[in-house]
Amino acid sequence: MGNEEIVVIDAKDMNYRELNEKIHEVLNKNPNIKKIVLKNVLGQRYIGNGIQKRGLTIEVYGVPGGDLGMFMSGPTIIVYGNTEHAPGNTMDDGKIIIHGSGGDVTGHSMRGGKIFVRDDVGYRSGIHMKEYKDKFPVLVIGGRAKDFLGEYMAGGMILVLNIDREGKDLGKIEGRMIGTGIHGGSIYIRGEVDGFQLGVAADIKEFTEEDREKIKKYIEEFCNYFNLNEDIREKLINSEYTKIAPVSKRPFGKLYTHDLR
Amino acid sequence: MCGIIGFISRKKRLIRGDKIAIALDSLKERGNGQGSGYVGYGIYPEYKDYYALHVFLKNIPTYHQIIDKIKNILSKYGVVVKDEEIPVKEGVLKKEFIPWRFFYDFHDSYKDIENDLMVNIVMEINDRVNGAFVFSSGKNLGVFKATGWPKEVAEFYRLDEYEGYMWLAHARYPTNTRGWWGGAHPFNILNWSVVHNGEITSYGTNKRYVESFGYKCKMFTDTEVVAYIFDLLIRKHKLPVEYALSAIAPKFWDEIDRMDEEERRIHEAIRMTYGPAALNGPFAIVVGTHEGMIFMNGDIEKNNTMIGLTDRIKLRPLVAAEKDDLVFVSSEEAAIRRICPELDKVEMPNAGSPVIVRIE
Repeated sequence: MGNEEIVVIDAKDMNYRELNEKIHEVLNKNPNIKKIVLKNVLGQRYIGNGIQKRGLTIEVYGVPGGDLGMFMSGPTIIVYGNTEHAPGNTMDDGKIIIHGSGGDVTGHSMRGGKIFVRDDVGYRSGIHMKEYKDKFPVLVIGGRAKDFLGEYMAGGMILVLNIDREGKDLGKIEGRMIGTGIHGGSIYIRGEVDGFQLGVAADIKEFTEEDREKIKKYIEEFCNYFNLNEDIREKLINSEYTKIAPVSKRPFGKLYTHDLR
Repeated sequence: MCGIIGFISRKKRLIRGDKIAIALDSLKERGNGQGSGYVGYGIYPEYKDYYALHVFLKNIPTYHQIIDKIKNILSKYGVVVKDEEIPVKEGVLKKEFIPWRFFYDFHDSYKDIENDLMVNIVMEINDRVNGAFVFSSGKNLGVFKATGWPKEVAEFYRLDEYEGYMWLAHARYPTNTRGWWGGAHPFNILNWSVVHNGEITSYGTNKRYVESFGYKCKMFTDTEVVAYIFDLLIRKHKLPVEYALSAIAPKFWDEIDRMDEEERRIHEAIRMTYGPAALNGPFAIVVGTHEGMIFMNGDIEKNNTMIGLTDRIKLRPLVAAEKDDLVFVSSEEAAIRRICPELDKVEMPNAGSPVIVRIE
């Protein structure tokens, strides 16, 4: 190993510690590295954990274990497979592109960067996402999300496109308890959402042309990554969305002091 | 934490026990070596008509006296066809207990009530015989469990020498009670076997409820009660499986309010009648069942079934997958792909909604 730009690691039957140490070793030895390709990944946790490096791409072939890209700042991870729980956990910056589904708590506590999931995500996705100044996390879900989407959300954006692999509509979403405890940020769901599907503190707000402008670039980015044609892109951009946001700026401001003025 | 995996061949193809051990090994991070276990269905074809009792005997020099006491109880209602130490590989684990098995047949006069009697016998041994714990009591199935890592426990019990059409397995991370051989999963009574990830915070209520029907919780951990609830609701009370599962993970009241009149009344009745059977707290469970059970509106199906279920707000993971005649349930997809890399379908079942797989 010297100053290489692309390094391939075969992760077959490798323990997660060994694999992650190897990734860090490759990074240390190859300051100009552009791409790490991980083959035969199966259940190894914490891939990309805490890596701070812009311009680096990590390609994952297989099913990575939980907490993929946790605390990561800068790299792009592309997964050819599904992921387990919490991809992008407390991620700071960079991108995770999943050609498959995300597990429960996808985008857990994200504080920046972007996650694009081609198919579905599990329960409590986008839980406690937050934003600060120029840090604005975005979670884009191609298919559907399970219950408690955006639970305790404090900032950033979640976008649910509600289409299958061919770009066909999946129909009305089923999730319940959407945005339970939300106190910042916004959730955009393509199609209609009923009031009873929302959690405490969440509210349906008017979807404006300004909102459409906001989500447009993420739709375009999504379509690029997953090779969706122009018709589908146009359909997604021009669809009706339900915007879900906090009922007020501080929905729980008086939770413990409701009797005080 | 805790890791669970199970698979079933809908065509009753027999699969060697080392497969499930490989899968469980890839979930070992979810446990801490304080308990691993397996259950195989269809593993005793030669003795398939007899109850196979697996019993932990305290490893003391006088353990033969414990066997005599068990035989005394058993001889009241039937015949011990065969008994022996469960074959193990010595030196793999510290033998806190000696695992023993009895193949047992009831006298003809008891055949009508043999299931009830077997439950009573299990409770009597666990309650009254010092140093003995029955951890498996079904027909043509067997639980193998101990304190140790998945691989160690599989090696100890020589799991590769058994073949079954359904296997469930569990890697334990004990939280509320200490790890010991009897506290490892699966928990079994008759043909019900349960593996569980999570904790049953309603354990006190559930325990008092099943104890009022004569079950005795003796394993110092919450999952035991789940096996008894299944036995009580589905075998004894003859509830259709879907309704029994709705009692265990009840529909929310606001969901019930939106149902059709008939469904609404059924689910209201279930919540009101079986409130103390509801499992509260985070859980993902997989339940194996066997033959002669009453499912689906009272029809008797001689089918074997595997059920996967999570708590209704999904505080524990569960993934289901299919490949040809095989159906898998697991905490993590990677564990399934470890033994079956190419899958036809992978999905995450809805929280509180059961996945039920039946033999064709």
